[in-house]
Amino acid sequence: MAEIPILRIGDCLLVSIQVDMHDRLALALQDDLTQRIVADRARGVMIDISALEIVDSFIGRMLNNIAAMSKVLDAVTVVVGMRPAVAITLVELGLGLTGVRTALNVDKGLALIRRIIDNPERDDADRER
Amino acid sequence: MQIESDDRMPLRTSDDVVRVRQAVRARAVASGFSLVDQTKIVTAASEIARNTVDYGGGGELRIEALRNGQRRGVRLTFSDSGPGIRDIDQAMRDGYTTGNGLGLGLSGAKRLCNEFDIKSTAGSGTTVTIARWT
Repeated sequence: MAEIPILRIGDCLLVSIQVDMHDRLALALQDDLTQRIVADRARGVMIDISALEIVDSFIGRMLNNIAAMSKVLDAVTVVVGMRPAVAITLVELGLGLTGVRTALNVDKGLALIRRIIDNPERDDADRER
Repeated sequence: MQIESDDRMPLRTSDDVVRVRQAVRARAVASGFSLVDQTKIVTAASEIARNTVDYGGGGELRIEALRNGQRRGVRLTFSDSGPGIRDIDQAMRDGYTTGNGLGLGLSGAKRLCNEFDIKSTAGSGTTVTIARWT
């Protein structure tokens, strides 16, 4: 089974999903990432989904889980590159991805992670607003 | 209403779910669906196909291309001979699941399609039919 590579940039981990995800691969990524956050002492996780043509409830749950697990491990997750058609479909499906931070692209995602790491109190205040 | 094509494919493993997504995408493109409409029917197909594999113990998908005057459509029929669904109203509710999913599969797929029908008999299987039109 193909694995999804996890790249390290400074204190961040970058995952770019380039294959059509089947369910076992999604679960494997969830496990791998959690272990790498601890092993690499990562503070941020960026998941690029610009190549994904759909996000269904299973992949959505994986993204939610990764965000929740990384939060417990003191890392922040940002999902970047969602296609507009995917965003429209996700909302209609009823999946808000409420626990997941998003950014339009990798640049903005990295900036967002930096901002949250450097200023965690403000992030919490932002989210409550 | 005319049926322009009629194909069947097996639905047994999570790899088959990926193949179903690809086949439904190809059919929706050939039927002239917009990108958003393609994404909606492929996402709905992925939800139902996963149910067929996970809860129905596997089954089959029938993909039909339809034409009704100027409008073109894709109709998908998922059938399994699994344990069936005892309470369909409950299964259709947002957030209800007997597995460990989010409980959005059936209700979410219904929202993504123009037509939705589910028939299930306890002990003899479930058939879900969805259709989307241009």
